[in-house]
Amino acid sequence: MKNWFKNIDSNLIRLLIITMIVFIIMAALVPSKFLTLRNIESMSFQFPELGLLSIAIMITMLTGGIDLSVVGIANLSGIFMALIFTKVIPEGTSGFPMFLYLIMGIIVGVSTGAFAGYLNGLLIAKVGITPILATLGTMQLFTGIAVVITKGFAISGFPEAFLIIGNSKILFVSFPLFIFILTTAGISVLLSKTSLGINLYLIGTNEKAAVFSGIRKARVLIKSYMLSGILGGITGVIMIARTNSAKADYGSSYVLQAILVSVLGGVNPAGGFGKVIGVVIAVLALQFLSSGFSMLRFSNFAKEFIWGAFLLFIMVLNFIQNRKAAKNIVKKEDLK
Amino acid sequence: MEEELIVVENIEKSFPGVRALSDVSISLKKAEIRCLAGENGSGKSTLIKVISGIYKPEKGLITIEGEQYKSLHPIEAIRHGVQVIYQDLSLFPNLTVAENLALNSYLGNNKKLLKWKDVKKIASSALSKINVEIDLNGIVGSLTVADKQLVAISRALLNNAKIVIMDEPTTALTQKEVDSLFKIILNLKEMGISTLFVSHKLREVIEISEEITILRNGRKVAEGSIDQFDEPKIVYHMTGREVGTERYKYVPRGDKLPVLTVQHYSSDTHFEDVNFDIHSGEIIGITGLLGSGRTELALSLFGIHQHDSGKVLVEGKEVSTNTINDAVNSGIAYVPEDRLSEGLFLQQSIARNTYVSILDRLQNKLGFVDFPKADITVETWIDNLSIATPSKENPVSSLSGGNQQRVVLARWLATDAKILILNGPTVGVDIGSKEDIHNKLRELARSGLAILIISDDIPEIVQNCNRIFVMHKGQIVERLEGSRTHENEIVAILKKLK
Repeated sequence: MKNWFKNIDSNLIRLLIITMIVFIIMAALVPSKFLTLRNIESMSFQFPELGLLSIAIMITMLTGGIDLSVVGIANLSGIFMALIFTKVIPEGTSGFPMFLYLIMGIIVGVSTGAFAGYLNGLLIAKVGITPILATLGTMQLFTGIAVVITKGFAISGFPEAFLIIGNSKILFVSFPLFIFILTTAGISVLLSKTSLGINLYLIGTNEKAAVFSGIRKARVLIKSYMLSGILGGITGVIMIARTNSAKADYGSSYVLQAILVSVLGGVNPAGGFGKVIGVVIAVLALQFLSSGFSMLRFSNFAKEFIWGAFLLFIMVLNFIQNRKAAKNIVKKEDLK
Repeated sequence: MEEELIVVENIEKSFPGVRALSDVSISLKKAEIRCLAGENGSGKSTLIKVISGIYKPEKGLITIEGEQYKSLHPIEAIRHGVQVIYQDLSLFPNLTVAENLALNSYLGNNKKLLKWKDVKKIASSALSKINVEIDLNGIVGSLTVADKQLVAISRALLNNAKIVIMDEPTTALTQKEVDSLFKIILNLKEMGISTLFVSHKLREVIEISEEITILRNGRKVAEGSIDQFDEPKIVYHMTGREVGTERYKYVPRGDKLPVLTVQHYSSDTHFEDVNFDIHSGEIIGITGLLGSGRTELALSLFGIHQHDSGKVLVEGKEVSTNTINDAVNSGIAYVPEDRLSEGLFLQQSIARNTYVSILDRLQNKLGFVDFPKADITVETWIDNLSIATPSKENPVSSLSGGNQQRVVLARWLATDAKILILNGPTVGVDIGSKEDIHNKLRELARSGLAILIISDDIPEIVQNCNRIFVMHKGQIVERLEGSRTHENEIVAILKKLK
């Protein structure tokens, strides 16, 4: 009997094919707009945010948990960075000192993410609160802190040099896409080649057995939520650099989308199974869909509807396929 | 000749791709106690389901109380008094004893309103039939397994049972509870009720049954009066091969220091002043009633439970057993009681299940797992323990129980453990596979490992351990020499304990 991995792979291949079909249909419907370099470029600026958030959620989902606070983390990180860029940097700074300030800001942003993730990890692994409740709580907490700091207003007007991160290209690759590729490659290696990564999958498969095998569960869980927080922080950097503003409630619909993208990409919400590449393909599929539909002049409301329908479609397809596979397995076992 | 209550003849039953029963016949006389024996997958449960009308056989004839059927419908089976008590008992854990007992007769009579007086009356008369007293208002979920079983039996009797089929009824019972269950079965016999007893615990089978039918691979391989059978003979028919009954002989290896020394080891709640040592090559067995503190002792040695005082020495050096990692680092390994929930990552690969406990050691300088090295380790242990699998990448769930247990064993042997603690190492494992595991343990002991087996399976302990401890209320109350102890001595000791 061939296993889950094979199953995931066949789901992945199907998702890849569907993604290509979506691409081809969109290209055929509005070739003058969809197939342009400009569109491809503009897409490459848009999807890395949702992509990184989805990967963050995926990591926690692999352990059998979830991180609902990741968008809250991204916004809080963004606001701390925004404060540094607007309040701390003296007028007229440029050149190398400016570079140092920017680095400092980014470090503050990413470490905010790490610290917020650490807090999630403590609540879940040490206090023992269910992940969905713990991160629902911290989501409110982080957003709340952000609202208090900004009084609900957007902070904007960042140094030109910082906006490069959100708006420029390196060769033909957009800067956000560049960050996305580096980060996902790193996470992918971490998950498949390090003991932390493998332990994550094993905890997600059977927590009790993990403890009995000598895996330091609390430590691994805290690290996984920190990782998710760090990805939130990186997303924060891209978000404020792209929009040139930091807001407490930016992108709040991202949370549910990121969960769906993870599941769509083949991550088992119960934990233990899922691959980075699946999530990447899933987020691309959604980007093609939404770009295509905005070119077809669908309203934003219709877009939401179509996303939802698409996600359901894929999941029903996977479900039916896996059920068939399970039946075949039973038959094969009987034959033995 | 007594009248045959039920005769099942030449049953054939296939599932897609597999023949579960071929040409199997079995019969039960009135008031007969018959045992149906066989290994997992031998067709026992299929046969029960044919008799109770859940499965329809392709061929064969069922004659029950003189009426002939090609296949039974569950309702017909119940009407003829066939009652099956499954292992999970099928009770409603959230309802009271009285409700559980009376519910069926109420539903059967199509009454819409409940009279609580009647409910109590039905329930108490049901319990009095088998002379047991259980609080009628008690919630079933909070009863002991034995009491739940009694409720299930009483419920079966309420439905005018003539044939009671018990599927592995003694699995979760203590020795005493088994005895009282047997009294009830004899009681049923006096009432003229036949019992079909399904079990793989051979000592019990021989104690209670009058007749025995043995299945292997869907065929009936032996049948007859129980007097004609003894344990080795039953095992031979069940497995199709001779299983050794030779005992483990410990040859001292001349080491000065014991591998494990436990001194005045105590936990406020579970065990008190436990002292023992294990030398290299020894296999020590600990047995005792449920709640004797033996599992807690093992869990504390492995760092899962806390102990409050006392010392543990490994090869003469004091070690900490405060965390699992302390224990693992000092060479203590623990194969847990419940393989499925505590031992295995079922859907993950055999490889991952094997190297999980040595992942940290497999890291190279850059912090990456050295997979070629991991693969070599895994393959070595698959070979060494002869785990039957086409690929180490297959999920553990694709393996049989015995092979799964070997994967857990492989995991700990890969850590270079010096002390191996096994809790119920062969629970739910077929006899053949069980013998293989025992042989492996002996081989490991001979190669220098110190082994501690915690088990309810007294033949297992007597056969494999050179020293046997009986634990009771958190203390070691008896220390026996394995080579000089007979199973019955231990059974007698256990019966005396309260």
